[in-house]
Amino acid sequence: MPSTSGPRRPGLLRYAVLLAGALVFLFPFYYMLIGSLQSEPDTSVAGAFPTSSPTLDNYADINSRVALLRSLVNSGIFTGGVILGTVVFGVLAGYALARLHFRGRGTLFALVLLVQVIPFQLLLIPLYVLIVRGYGLADSYLGMILPFAINTVAVFIFRQFFLQLPDDLFSAARMDGAGELRILWSVALPLVRPALLTAVLLTFIGPWNEFLWPFLVTKQADMQPLAVSLANYISNVASRAANPYGAILAGACVLAAPAVALFVAFQRHFVSTDIGSGVKG
Amino acid sequence: MSTAHAGAAATTGPGARTGGTSPTVGGPLRASRSRVAAALGRHPVGMVLAAPYAVYVAVVFAYPFGFAVWMSFHDYFFAAPGAVVERPFVGLANYRAMLADEGVRRAFGNILVFLVINVPLTVALALLLAAALNGVVHARAFLRVAFYVPYVTASVAVVGVWLFLFSSNGMVNTMLGPLAPEPSWLVNEALAMPVIALFVVWKQLGFFILLYLAALQNVPKELYESAAVDGASRWHQFWSVTVPAVRPATALVVILATITGANLFTEPYLLTGGGGPSGASASPVLVMYQRGIQQGQPDVAAAIGVLLVIGVLLISAVNRRLIERD
Repeated sequence: MPSTSGPRRPGLLRYAVLLAGALVFLFPFYYMLIGSLQSEPDTSVAGAFPTSSPTLDNYADINSRVALLRSLVNSGIFTGGVILGTVVFGVLAGYALARLHFRGRGTLFALVLLVQVIPFQLLLIPLYVLIVRGYGLADSYLGMILPFAINTVAVFIFRQFFLQLPDDLFSAARMDGAGELRILWSVALPLVRPALLTAVLLTFIGPWNEFLWPFLVTKQADMQPLAVSLANYISNVASRAANPYGAILAGACVLAAPAVALFVAFQRHFVSTDIGSGVKG
Repeated sequence: MSTAHAGAAATTGPGARTGGTSPTVGGPLRASRSRVAAALGRHPVGMVLAAPYAVYVAVVFAYPFGFAVWMSFHDYFFAAPGAVVERPFVGLANYRAMLADEGVRRAFGNILVFLVINVPLTVALALLLAAALNGVVHARAFLRVAFYVPYVTASVAVVGVWLFLFSSNGMVNTMLGPLAPEPSWLVNEALAMPVIALFVVWKQLGFFILLYLAALQNVPKELYESAAVDGASRWHQFWSVTVPAVRPATALVVILATITGANLFTEPYLLTGGGGPSGASASPVLVMYQRGIQQGQPDVAAAIGVLLVIGVLLISAVNRRLIERD
């Protein structure tokens, strides 16, 4: 009986399939980077492995057309606002839902689950009418942030983590006369720091990558996040540029880089169990 | 007298739940406290902490949700701010207008094509890759990054490189040579939607692999061991142990992939230049945007949204039935 009791060792074939799959998955990213550094688009297979020296011309080109820095700042403010709202109000709600008994808790938790299944597309038109037409928040950061201000999946993750803390911890702190905010700040929060990081990372990719909503809200170029200004460049301007793909790919690299870098740096925090518990409901 | 009685009764309630040490009859302070507890719960401060989120859900989800349904039954149009205009009830007129619109019908047909390609492929690939990744010891971090990275990257960014790869003289066609489709992928009526469906499989797969990996942690090891003792091959173990054990996760993946697919907007907007060629890759959300915001018919757009959500709910319910039945 050689193998039944020990852990199942993955065979060579499995590694070969996984590695081949991984290369297929990564190739568009590699191609994006290579394409952004070439002065002339080369679509032959050999073009994917260029021998000519790389150039930054495409980056200068896209920068002259969409004001990269300004767009990055807009993306940063949009994303930062959402993260701030989620961390402050989401943690408070998650803590209350996990640890406090108050009237309406059951209803609120049902709403947390319900909100996760309401498709955003149904809310698109009424939110546009309310926020852009009603409150006059077109071309403002607040208008961009509002529909995403508190990430419900993050509220759910916070609740799960506060629930997992031992009860004794809280009854001891309450016995000592600590108020709930104080317990949250100095007892509970330090213990759920990894969950906080996971939730922040998950929250980051939402607004940073979001296109449809900021596209509807911002018409002024100097208010547009990078995803919107790059998309406008792709759909309107690109046909007139000398090397349109080069410039598009350069912009794509700039847009992709922060999210990819954060993900690679913190990839071990994207643990399957955290996110699985967050979405399983 | 009746109030004192109610107060005493309330003390026994939560008191009994926390361990039963508190006396059934207390002083006036305790009585009033417990009356508060009966009305607001043991920690009324929880209401204050949860209030911002509750208000947010009411303002950004509940109210617009009702507004969308209301709008779809009324003659709604954009008016100058502050202007008082009548918005009469029109019954199903917006729904009739939507169904009479060939572009809308086509968009719903397109999204069905999308789902038929995208959802089964997503489920199969995500489960196979998750099962293969589970238990991998070497190059774990590299493999994880490789499969998740499309998911964390903006659609707008990766659309750029797919445009380049699938353009008429792009690398895919160069590799295919004489086999390249004519007209090319993204401008071919029969191929535009399938390419978008493949794009979304690639883009979202990492997230679904993650869900399956979480589900696989809960499959008891003994099941594999007894299957191995019975002489089942790896492939047979996968079919007879893994697939049934992760069924709830499969139901979730199907529903989430359907919702993601129904939300499709960025890809047809950018990859095929606004749902082209001639509407062959238009999605319902894209048509909502065109009718509602570009052409100023938010009421018809709201009706499209309502129909879309009903469709998603129906598909999810049917899938759940099929997958979770024993």
